[in-house]
Amino acid sequence: MNSFNAGWSLRDIRFRHPRAPQDAIDGVTLETRAGHITALLGPNGAGKSTLLQIMLGVLSPSSGSARFGDRPLAAWTRTELAREIGVVPQGEAEPMFTVREMVAMGRYPYLGRWQRERDVDAAAILDAMRRCAVDTFADRWLGTLSGGERQRVRLARALAQEPSVLVLDEPTTSLDVRHEMNTFELLRTLRDDGVTVILATHNLNLAARYANDLVLLHKGQIVALGAPVTVLTAEQISRVYEWPVSVELNNDGAPQVVPLGAPPETPPAPLRARRSMEIAT
Amino acid sequence: MESTSATPITLPARATAHYAWPIAFRLLALAIILLIALVTAIRLGAVPLSTAALLDAIAGRGDASTVAIVRQLRMPRAFQAALVGAALAVSGATFQALLRNALAEPYILGVSSGAAAGAVATVVSGWSVRTVWALPVAAFAGAIGSMLLVFRIAFSVGRALDSRVLLLAGVVVSSFLVALIWLLLTFADTESVRSAIFWMMGSHAGASWRSVSILAICLVPSLAVLFALARPLNLLAIGESTAAYLGANVERTKLIAFGMATLLAAVSVAVSGTIGFVGLVVPHAMRLVWGSDNRGLLPCAALAGGAFLVAADTLSRTLAGANELPIGVVTALVGVPCFVWLLRRPAAK
Repeated sequence: MNSFNAGWSLRDIRFRHPRAPQDAIDGVTLETRAGHITALLGPNGAGKSTLLQIMLGVLSPSSGSARFGDRPLAAWTRTELAREIGVVPQGEAEPMFTVREMVAMGRYPYLGRWQRERDVDAAAILDAMRRCAVDTFADRWLGTLSGGERQRVRLARALAQEPSVLVLDEPTTSLDVRHEMNTFELLRTLRDDGVTVILATHNLNLAARYANDLVLLHKGQIVALGAPVTVLTAEQISRVYEWPVSVELNNDGAPQVVPLGAPPETPPAPLRARRSMEIAT
Repeated sequence: MESTSATPITLPARATAHYAWPIAFRLLALAIILLIALVTAIRLGAVPLSTAALLDAIAGRGDASTVAIVRQLRMPRAFQAALVGAALAVSGATFQALLRNALAEPYILGVSSGAAAGAVATVVSGWSVRTVWALPVAAFAGAIGSMLLVFRIAFSVGRALDSRVLLLAGVVVSSFLVALIWLLLTFADTESVRSAIFWMMGSHAGASWRSVSILAICLVPSLAVLFALARPLNLLAIGESTAAYLGANVERTKLIAFGMATLLAAVSVAVSGTIGFVGLVVPHAMRLVWGSDNRGLLPCAALAGGAFLVAADTLSRTLAGANELPIGVVTALVGVPCFVWLLRRPAAK
């Protein structure tokens, strides 16, 4: 699948949302590596989704240079990007489409305006549905599926794009343990097949077990970058997530983050303050 | 990534879609229904005709007054109803996909209140009596003007065509124009108020071959453009960033689709007044039966909307004898029970 180095090269990227007081992305420099699983970590509001949207070309950085593959991101058309990058976004509207119709939309960048689905398209759709185990209910309406099933349908749609890079924004939020593990196992299989995977996630421990590279974001800046053992240190995670944690090593050598009890430096609020809070709410 | 406050567009009637009805069959079935509706519409009236007499009259044989009734009154009226129904249904389906909102309809961006303001102004000022063309032209200008105002407001708020901003701008512009209309009517005489209100409720009584041909000239290309946009509209119905990730040119698709859908609504309103309900419910009815895929939905909605409005117009001029009911009253009184039945239909096995 990799005809070229399917990765990003970001140089000092800055981005500020309209009317925002400060930069959401504040000088990010990052080289992603092809054939790796890269996880973007960081607390809510750290800039993970904004950074992904810049990498996907739907937000333009205020300054800095962003390249994807062999040329600047701005030189790619949406169709060209859609043939290289499959995206699993966080939330979507769900009109009355069947599972197969939804997965078939992954073939959009390959078909002309009036072109009918070809055999190669049908094969790619079927293969993507099988990989995500949604082929057994291909004719059901999206609205009748569970949250986990919908997530797998979105993943299948991205795979139907036959991408060299897969980008996922918090793909396992709202999934139970089994579906979460299935998703990460599938990402590992895809990586072994040569697909580059970039995901934003809050699950530090699964990121540590499955990702090759971790990127820790805090207030729009990269505060740590590299292999899981170098990024997931107790000191770093406690500081960025503003909660004390300890880090232990798993049987397979992956660091595992364990949140501790309430931070000792914040004493319980005095009674009067609590009363006034109750009144305020 | 995108915070979609997803309004679920109508509940599915069945858990599983079945494709026993390929698009060609659906279109054929709806085309037959439309044809039956047209023939019935032309046969029925103060002078009912048999099918044989109808064919004679179309060919120009037989009684001269019958020929005139069929050729100059009933045929243009039926064709106008069919074209307006098709335009409103496709316009509504497009707005529902673009705005990802189940309550979207052709008049959502202020087209109807703009048209009504233009029409009421000509009625109150007396121009509509002096020139036949004053009212439709003013209505069309008002419709396009209010749409431009809505887009102008939306553009000044954010650079992209944000659907939430568009909806809000549509609501405030409409409210403003409605206030203007009531202001005008406050100072109008009783007869003007009556004719303005009847215009606002919609009617095909003014149909002529000229209005039919103007409608057709505007509708055929805009319908064709929207049918051609069916696949990117499918992507937009899921979400704008998703559509971009899948390779759609989001801004261009939105601009063209909004423009065409508004044009359809504006032309319809200019020739026949504001006819509610068709643009909202016909697309939903088609979705309940055959799903959201716009490649099938848009042409099916065109045929079904045409047939529905022809039937409603026939009822509006035959139900109450010599009096003609406002067509908007008929579309809602007949349409709502049909739609409720469709919603409550038990799930098929």
